[in-house]
Amino acid sequence: MQRDWPQDIFAVLREAEVRQVPYVPDGGHAALIRAVHAEPSMRAIPLTTEEEGIPLLAGAHLAGQRGALLMQSSGVGNCVNMLSLTKVCAFPLLMLVTMRGEWAESNPWQVPMGSRVEAAFGLMGVEVLRATRPEEAGETVAAAARMAFLGGNAMAVLISQRLVGAKLFTE
Amino acid sequence: MTATLDRRAAVARLLADRRDLVIVTGLGSPTYDVAACGEHDRNFHLWGAMGGAVAMGLGIALAQPQTPVAVVTGDGEALMGMGALATVALQQPANLTIVIIDNGLYEETGGQASHTGAGADLAAIARGCGIANAIVVTREEELPALATRLHAPSDGPALAVLKVAPGEAPRVLPGWDGPAQRLRTTAALLASRATGS
Repeated sequence: MQRDWPQDIFAVLREAEVRQVPYVPDGGHAALIRAVHAEPSMRAIPLTTEEEGIPLLAGAHLAGQRGALLMQSSGVGNCVNMLSLTKVCAFPLLMLVTMRGEWAESNPWQVPMGSRVEAAFGLMGVEVLRATRPEEAGETVAAAARMAFLGGNAMAVLISQRLVGAKLFTE
Repeated sequence: MTATLDRRAAVARLLADRRDLVIVTGLGSPTYDVAACGEHDRNFHLWGAMGGAVAMGLGIALAQPQTPVAVVTGDGEALMGMGALATVALQQPANLTIVIIDNGLYEETGGQASHTGAGADLAAIARGCGIANAIVVTREEELPALATRLHAPSDGPALAVLKVAPGEAPRVLPGWDGPAQRLRTTAALLASRATGS
């Protein structure tokens, strides 16, 4: 039986007292998003673009709440300038990115951004951890949450496309 | 519609009876307008991150639903972050008021015309997103009612577009040290939460 890694991530976020969960939907995050919507201690916050999540979570931090921003790899590029807020003010930040365009991706439009996610985060000073197997997802998010919420770092966890599964396009 | 409000005087009127209001300012002239009313631990001034002011106010408002929160920003900054109006509408934070100081110009960069000067109606856009209480303010007599709402908000989020006359007021520059601002505002907001005030 395959490990229920979205549930593992959800348990870590709940344990870490994450309260605000902004997201732009992705198929890889679908189970986690459902769990967040059903959890009374968390507020699911659908965004129109990923970059809204950066100042939103900075505001949450100012007012004493933790958050986690969920997105697909294509959204990382949308965040680049907004991450200057995180860097200049040294806000803690936790982002969970489900990857496209890297493993058995048949849609070529996903590849240019997906293959440059780590480079984009590197440009803006975001530390990156990666989960490549289902059993690693929970512990990797826990490690990043500690570095964000206790260490004050800007953190991203990349959840590999090999783990999530490549999307099939059929007519 | 002739825009005659004086931006500096209008903001001063809105903040005259300030108590526990938290303010996020969008980059450029709105930051100077709020700073001209005096430095305050509950101000967070953006000097960049264009398009992010409304979302930042939302994060604060959701974390402290009993605290009045205002975003004071310009038409250019609001246009860049227009999607955030839909995000706010979905959450319906009763304690959030968005004040857009609309001169129809990108004054900071040389006075180029913005979309609002040519007809883009940010109040109508906000209503279309689901912020029912979204108004255009053109007269000084309308400011007291907006001030009352700002400091004692209720009944869902509100947005007000202040049609101000073009023309730059003297710049009042607050500090731009990011960590210092973060620590100052966090301390102020968490202290009030601890005492329940």
